[in-house]
Parts: sequence; C-alpha cells; structure tokens
Amino acid sequence: MSVLLLAGGHVLAGSMVSAFDIGALGRNFWALTVDGLTYGSIYALVAVGYTLVYGVLRLINFAHSEIFMFGMFGQYATLMLLGFSPSGNAYQQGTLMTIVYLLVAMVGGMAVAGGAAVGLERVAYRPLRRRGAPALVFLITAIGASFVLQEFVHFVLPKLTGGNLGGVNAQQPIRLVQATAQFHFGNATVNNVEIVIVVAALGLAFATDRFINATKFGRGIRAVAQDPVTATLMGVSRERVIMLTFLVGGLLAGAAGLLYTLRVPSGILYSGGFILGIKAFAAAVLGGIGNLRGALLGGLLLGVMELYGQALFGTEWRDVVAFVLLILVLMFRPTGILGESLGRARA
Amino acid sequence: MRRSTPRLAGVALVMTAGLVLAGCSSKSTGGGGGGSTSGATGGSSASSSLSIQPLVQVDATGKKVAAAGGSTAADPAGDGSAKCSNISIGMAGALTGPNAALGTNILNGLKLAVDQHNKANAGCQVTVKQFDTEGDPQKATQVAPQIVSDTSVIGLLGPAFSGETKATGSIFNQAGLLSLTASATNPGLTTNGWNNFFRGLGNDNSQGGAIASYMKDTLGYKKVCVIQDDSDYGIGLATVVAKTLGSVAVSSCNAKVKTGDKDFSAAVQLVKDASPDAVYYGGYYAEAAPLLSQLRQGGVTAAFASGDGTNDPEFVKQAGDASKGAYLTCPCGPAPDKFAADYKAMFSVAPGVYSVEAYDLGTIMLKGIDKGITARGDLVKFVSSYDGAGLAKNYKWDSTGELASASTWVYQVK
Repeated sequence: MSVLLLAGGHVLAGSMVSAFDIGALGRNFWALTVDGLTYGSIYALVAVGYTLVYGVLRLINFAHSEIFMFGMFGQYATLMLLGFSPSGNAYQQGTLMTIVYLLVAMVGGMAVAGGAAVGLERVAYRPLRRRGAPALVFLITAIGASFVLQEFVHFVLPKLTGGNLGGVNAQQPIRLVQATAQFHFGNATVNNVEIVIVVAALGLAFATDRFINATKFGRGIRAVAQDPVTATLMGVSRERVIMLTFLVGGLLAGAAGLLYTLRVPSGILYSGGFILGIKAFAAAVLGGIGNLRGALLGGLLLGVMELYGQALFGTEWRDVVAFVLLILVLMFRPTGILGESLGRARA
Repeated sequence: MRRSTPRLAGVALVMTAGLVLAGCSSKSTGGGGGGSTSGATGGSSASSSLSIQPLVQVDATGKKVAAAGGSTAADPAGDGSAKCSNISIGMAGALTGPNAALGTNILNGLKLAVDQHNKANAGCQVTVKQFDTEGDPQKATQVAPQIVSDTSVIGLLGPAFSGETKATGSIFNQAGLLSLTASATNPGLTTNGWNNFFRGLGNDNSQGGAIASYMKDTLGYKKVCVIQDDSDYGIGLATVVAKTLGSVAVSSCNAKVKTGDKDFSAAVQLVKDASPDAVYYGGYYAEAAPLLSQLRQGGVTAAFASGDGTNDPEFVKQAGDASKGAYLTCPCGPAPDKFAADYKAMFSVAPGVYSVEAYDLGTIMLKGIDKGITARGDLVKFVSSYDGAGLAKNYKWDSTGELASASTWVYQVK
C-alpha cells in the first residue's frame, strides 16, 4: 500500500515538474519576449478598433475580426495586382523596393479594411441606430455580420475572382520578405520580419495616439465618447465621428493584416481572423476597453504573457493562459489595467 | 467639424495617390519580377517546382518492401468469358460537400475497373451504383438502408471515412453486405466484430509505427521531437510514433498545438531548445505548413516528417521552400504509369489519393462476380479467403479484416 502511495506520489511529482517548467521560461526568456512583442503588437493594432468603437458607441463590434481578415485579403490582392504570383520562395527585390511594395500592400490592405469597416457601419449599424434599437440588437447584429463577412470570403469571393481569392483553403503565400537573423539579444535572435512588425506597429500606434489626442478629429471622437448629447450641441457631427471611428479602426486592422501575413504567410483564410480577433478583444478589455493606450498596452502584454505561459505550462495552454490572465486582472481591476474610458482620459 | 471636409479630402487624395502608385508600379514589376528567384511570371501552379514524390514502400517495422509487381497485378478484365446479369457494386462516400474530392477519387477508381471489366466481358455487365454520404456520419446512416434494400448490390466499396464507417457498420453487418473500404483508417473499426468489413490499406497505427521505425532505424535519427494537434487523428498518430520511437522521442519538446492555430512561436522555441535531428508532426496540412515555415524561420534545420493528413499538395503550396525534403507517409500507394494514363483518359484528371486502392478493391469484387457469385454472403466469403496482388500491394486479410501485411509509402517533397 505504502509502495503504491509512494509510486503515486512520484508520478504526481514527475508530472508536476514537467507541467511547470521554470527552466524553459528562464532559458528562452528573451526569445519568448521578442516573439511575444511581435505578436502582441499585432494584437494591439487590432485591439484599437474594438476599443475606439466601444468608446464612442458602447458597442462591441465582433465583426472587427473579419475587418482584419479583409485587410489580409486586401494586401494579398494588392500584391497580385502588382504582378506578384504566389510562389514557394521569397521574392528578392532588394531592400528599398521591398519596403516600397510592403508600403503599397499595406495601403491596399488598409483601404480594403477601412472601406469594409465603414461599409459595415453603414449597412449594419446605422439603420439600427436610426430606429433606436436596444444594445442587445447591436451585439447580435455584430455577430451576424461577422458570419456574413466570413461566408462571403468562403463562398462568394472565389466565384467573383475565378477562384483566385477566398475559398476553403488558405491563400498560397506571396512572400516578400525572407526572415533572416539581424542581431542577437540575450539568447534571442531578432530577424528582419520581427523588426518590421514591431517598428511599423509602434509607429502606427503612436500616430493613432497623436490623432486621437492632438487633432481636431480626435477631439471630436473624445467629445462624443464623453457625452454625445453635449458634443452634438457643440456642433460635433456624431454620425461623422462614428464613421471616422470605424475608419480608423479599420485602417489599423488592415495594417495589422499585412504585418500578420509577414509573420504567418499561410494565415490568409476566411476564418483566419477569428481567434486573433477574440485575443485582440481580450487585449482591449485587459488594458481597459474604451481606452486607446490601454488597448496598445493590453495587446503587448497579452502577446508576451501567452508565450511565457506556454513555456511554463505547456504549448497547449495558450488560450487558457490568455483568458485566465484576463480574469485575474479584471478581478482586481474591473475596468482593466489603465481603466478609464476614451472620453474621460485627458491627453 | 465643417472644416474637416478638405482634410478628409486630403486623406482621400493620399490614398488615391497610393493606389495610382500601385497601378503604375505593376508595369515595372512585370520585368523586375523576372529577377526574383522563382520567376514572377509563372502561374500559381507552375511557380513552385516542389511536389510530393514517392520515395520508398515500407512495412510496419520500417523495413523496405519490394513493390508489388505491376505485371502480376489482378486485371479486372479477367478472361472475357464471365456470365452474369443484373449485378451491381455499390460505392458510398462523400461525392458532394467539402470532402467530395476524396469520394470522387474512389468512385473513379472503381468506375475504371468496372469499365475495363465490362469491355472485356460482353456477357457480364456490372453497374456501379453510387451513394452520396457527404462524408457525414448522420447522412450515411440515412443512406445505408437504401444500399441494403437494393438487392442488385452484392458488394459495397466504402464507406470512405472512418466516422461514417463507424456509424453504419452494424447496418451492413446485419445485412451481410460486403463492406470494403479504400480509405477509412481509424484502427478501432476492425475491433467491432463485423465479419463483413475489410480494410484495403494499413490503419493509422501501422502508418505511425512504420514512419517511426523508418526514422529511427533507416534514417538513423537519435533525437526526435513529436508534435501533435488536438484531433483524434493527430493524437492517435503522434502517440504511436512516440511509443515506437521510445527513447529517441524527446519528451521535453513534445509540443501540443491546436487545430486552427497559425502561430507556433512557443512550440518552435521548445524545438530549438532541444535541437533534435527530426520533428514529427501528427496532424493536418493546415497547421503543418505554418508550423514548418516557422520552424525554418526560427533557424531549425531538423528533418520534418508527418502523416497522410499532411500528404496533400496544399501543404507544399502553403509551406513553399520550407517543405523541401519533408517526409510524408500514406497508407495509399502511388499510381502506376499505365493506371494513371487510363484514368486520365477516362476522367481527364490525374488519379488522386486512394484511386489505386479503389481500383484494386473493385477488381477483387469483379473477380468474385466473374466466378459466378450472386449472393452477398458468398462475396464476403470470397474476399475473406482472397490472396492476390493488386496494383498497390498484395491483398490478403486476417480474421479481423485488417490486411495481413500492411505497408506504408514514404513520400518526400522534392
């Protein structure tokens, strides 16, 4: 009996050790941090879309993950129009031309995603607002719109484009950048793709922050978020602000679409935005939904913590780690890390 | 906000300028693209020169086996003097829906065998009756009674998938209708005590054992990371592989991923940490392709091996150059040249996965019919004692309905 117990204890101890691997986290700390920041900055860009719309409309736009997916297809289509065809190898166009093509592709992705976001607002949400529909109807509509956009790319887009875009399989990747190690940092190797993603995302995040906090448009957005009635009395067009909000969110999601594709070339799929969208939404809540800087912080934090968690508990625990972290933060700070909403935040 | 209009217009102008720039530079890319490594002018199918090529046929212990001679393979034409009337062979599988390609491969393989038989035997015209299950177990249970009640059907090729086979197996067993599957590989199917069920290819266990032994003994890998997804198929395959590899499988890099995931940073980090000779992945191509690209991006140069879930042209398309050299197994054999030519002539497409197996199994049923068998029970008996070569391999079954010697083909992306 005691032998059995001992054996049981040993097995338990053994599985505990393998299930809680501090060593793996320590050894790979910097590598995981680099990967986490890369992925987190993509979360952050998508999270901004959730947070801005929430700040202005108190609406969780679940279709935003599909706006991101449209961004991926938008940049892909742009590259095809530029004459690139999908191939197994990375194109080697030289650094300067690659940057130009990346920028053009990003503009393409942003245009498609921004257009889709504004279109979505026009078609799905504005009629509801006109009729003064209750909040629940908006939420259901958002979920419905998410399915419509997904199935559009799944079934309709391949028919419209002769099978070149959309359908059941992921797009065959167009690789503009071959990931090559640039420098070492601790035990981490930083490659060019990671640099491009983080630099571009931080640049866009900074620009968005300035846009919201230091321009006239931003002031309009903040005013509507703070008090829509008074803002309207002061001459702010609420409808225009709402459109602008969706546009900004869409543009950032489109840019995130390109950056994500650099990292995961075979991720361009009709359902490819779904999980990432949920994570970005969690990031927005984590940082404090309605708060722009909160969304950025939440994204980076979630990206990094997910990878630390995977190293600690095992790779299959990724989503669990993300959402347990969210619950823990909300238990102690119910409004998220940075708390305050867009309207109350003073720039 | 009135003054915002010109600014918005300015934004629009910038965007339009961007698009115009996009339009202009498209011309310059046509020439410039030629300088790229793969050639921008090639179509999407021609742009990647890599494809999945058969490498070697191995048995369950990873030993190379000689290919079954194409010359001695059973010929559906027979001696041309068969007599029969009002006999048909059923085929059940996905013929519409997302998995229709697989069902069609099987149906066409059978049709080719029956066509060759009927041309040679004027006195025995066998018809093929097709039953669409959409690959869905629920649909299959609705279709199964129709098959059973059609008395002209004396043998069934199918069902195609494991799920639908599991759901309908007892119906066919009760009716005593022969059920020969060309593609259902779940190991549990032959443990139900169905005496009418025969599997025309190795199951998932034999595939996993074969590649594990092949990696360990033939390729001589000392350290292998086994990664699995969260599907029954992936878990089952990875478990068998890890078990067969024994101490060669490194437990510290036994990463688990989820179907639908596209980012595998943590798994890549684990593999990098272990620096193995090879990585085995149990799962489907949708995850295998980004996983392999990210492993290569992360600087992992270890060999990559996976099962028939990954053995799909889509894998090569998605992973691109990273897929070069990857070992992919399948219990399904490559199509011999003559078969491929006949198939192409009849259906104007190249044979797909399991077409060869379907042709072989169809031929076995036709042999029985040519012997004058008209009752379902007699055909089951005929198959249970059958021993003969087909195009893909030798067919002889044990008492459970598994092949006596299951073989696995190892393919490589070249």
